[in-house]
Amino acid sequence: MNFDVSNLNIGLATAEIFVAIMVLAVMLVTAFARETARGLGYALAQLTLIVAAFITLFTLNTEASSAFGGMFVSDLPGGILKLVVYFSMMLALLYGRDYLADRKLDRPEFYLLALLTTLGMMVLITANHLLVVYVGLEMMSLSLYALVAFDRDSARSTEAGMKYFVLGALASGLLLYGMSMIYGATGGALELSAINKVAAEGTADKNILLFGLVFLVAGIAFKLGTVPFHMWVPDVYQGSPTAVTLILSSAPKLAAFAMALRLLVVGLSGSPELSGLAAHWQNMLLFVAAASIILGNIAALKQTNIKRMLAYSGISHMGFMLLGLLSGATGNFSGAEGSIIAGTPEAKELVTMAYSSAMFYAIAYVLMSLAAFGMVVLLSNKGFEAENIEDFKGLNSRNPWFALLMLFVMFSMAGIPFFVGFFAKLAVLKAVIQAGFLWIAVIAVLMSVIGAFYYLRIVKLMYFDESTAPCPISVSGEMQVLLSVNAVAIALLGLMPDKLLSLCKQAMETMLPLAS
Amino acid sequence: MEFTSFVFYFFAAVLIFSGLRVVTARNPVHAALFLVLAFFSAGGIWLLLSAEFLAITLVMVYIGAVMVLFLFVVMMLDIDFARLREGFWQYLPVGAFVGVLLLIEMGLVLSRGFGGKEMPPTTAMVTEQAGAIPCKSNICELGSVLYTDYVYPFELAALVLLVAMIAAVSLTLRRRRTSKYISPEEQIAARPADRMELVKMASEKEAPASAAQDGAGADKEAGQ
Repeated sequence: MNFDVSNLNIGLATAEIFVAIMVLAVMLVTAFARETARGLGYALAQLTLIVAAFITLFTLNTEASSAFGGMFVSDLPGGILKLVVYFSMMLALLYGRDYLADRKLDRPEFYLLALLTTLGMMVLITANHLLVVYVGLEMMSLSLYALVAFDRDSARSTEAGMKYFVLGALASGLLLYGMSMIYGATGGALELSAINKVAAEGTADKNILLFGLVFLVAGIAFKLGTVPFHMWVPDVYQGSPTAVTLILSSAPKLAAFAMALRLLVVGLSGSPELSGLAAHWQNMLLFVAAASIILGNIAALKQTNIKRMLAYSGISHMGFMLLGLLSGATGNFSGAEGSIIAGTPEAKELVTMAYSSAMFYAIAYVLMSLAAFGMVVLLSNKGFEAENIEDFKGLNSRNPWFALLMLFVMFSMAGIPFFVGFFAKLAVLKAVIQAGFLWIAVIAVLMSVIGAFYYLRIVKLMYFDESTAPCPISVSGEMQVLLSVNAVAIALLGLMPDKLLSLCKQAMETMLPLAS
Repeated sequence: MEFTSFVFYFFAAVLIFSGLRVVTARNPVHAALFLVLAFFSAGGIWLLLSAEFLAITLVMVYIGAVMVLFLFVVMMLDIDFARLREGFWQYLPVGAFVGVLLLIEMGLVLSRGFGGKEMPPTTAMVTEQAGAIPCKSNICELGSVLYTDYVYPFELAALVLLVAMIAAVSLTLRRRRTSKYISPEEQIAARPADRMELVKMASEKEAPASAAQDGAGADKEAGQ
């Protein structure tokens, strides 16, 4: 095939190209702008995200189409995940704005790095090629390392940045090593669908493929922050400025979910009839998910620092999300109505349900995490870091509205009915039971009950304890409004989860023909 | 054994040996020099794959520029390496156990995987594509795909370098404090509220007895 620019389909990547150009533009504009124009970087970053959201919305197509010779894929799940990424970055930047200004951290570089990490996530979400996956991942992670260490005069922030950087580099190395094994085993295939084709044919050496797969799963587990690669999560969440923790705990999780979906489901499923590679990564993820749910919930019980507590809760939530992902892996189901073999339409329906439950869980978690860390930012004032669980004492007497919003978030995270977290857990558990892993569903439910303790403890502190610092809460109006919208959305999505759930399902349906 | 495979094993052995010495050498300067040797042997292996351009770039950029700079830094910085190595023997049993376990596990998997099997033929070679630019040299092959087939990752890699630049500048650049320069802009922009905070509070009466005593004490001191 001769090279032809029109074959590249550059138009599909308009959103990525726009963000890349805006990064350069913001860099030049803020470099030459007067120092008094402090809000310029922030405003331009928000503008970029909004315009990128519109571009993605207009170029959204339900049928998957690829660009750059198969390296870039534009499909419905990618489009939806990108939109949620923009949305969560917008909220995270908005929540963190006053916090950063109070601590003199609102330099334009912050917003530049935030835009670059967004671009990395976009690349990762739309990647269909091992090389692009790696480059996107590095772009996202490198910007995040710098953001974590952004408060450079604080020893804790730099320590967290260092820890994240060293461990993240190790994880990238593992991932690359796995990729090189897969490249060798498949005879030079880097494109995910080509890899899957070779894997399904069974011509490639299965041992080497498996060897590479182990390292890929390790890399994914690190980026999601799941056991046994979870060590960095609490330290980094606690050490970085809360505005960065907001970013760290929301959008990158979606990108890591997309990476898992692309690498494992699209790239390394093998053929469903032979229960090829998928059965192997299903087993690996089973261990990772179960260990994350157990360790995350139990370790969170003992935390006195709210950021650490939410970090451990995040570990368990990511475990839950993986449960949904692994339930669809083999395509075989053994429910109450007898066993269903892969390949049949019923099995296909159940596979779609399983993957869409994972996607729904990831989106729900991002919403909850944004609201929870948003509340932590809200309670922090100039010169005061609201970090301890004690700081939530008597919030009801200080501001009943925000106490109610925090109650929504905590109830939703605990999985109490009629909040979005409940339906996310329900969908995942349904998929897990249908896939025949009853025991792991039992563990997950038991651990959620244990986990309810530390969420409800916050509610108890807010409503039944006396406040130790009875000062009123002062934040900008737009943050109050959007935080309210965010928390109310958690409640409303819980009342009517069907829209989002069916959207996730539709997205997965369009993706699955590609996978099988 | 063919000559090329002999050369390969020779370079590979040197590479592994020098790689090990990088982490085990006590003297950091020696470690850096072993890293140079490791890069050089890797360059040799690339030459065997007829990737001449990459091999030369590796030698020129990594050995010629990066490692020389690295050596300067290692020699200039006064790092207490004895302190860094503290606790080595304490952690050795656990580390060695995990390491050996991993090695055995990998060996088990790979002994069945790589044993004497031919690798499948490569499919992604550029030269095999019909209609591609016929190339004789490595640099031509690289050049013909870098801006065409791989334009997307290539541009993204450029942006990753930009991330590294922005991150490095934002984390390390500090304004010089020694300069006595005053920004008139900031002076004009200053408002009274920035400089002084007026706090409204109810007037308080001091206890008269202690006030009198203080006053007397002050007088006395002044008198002396």
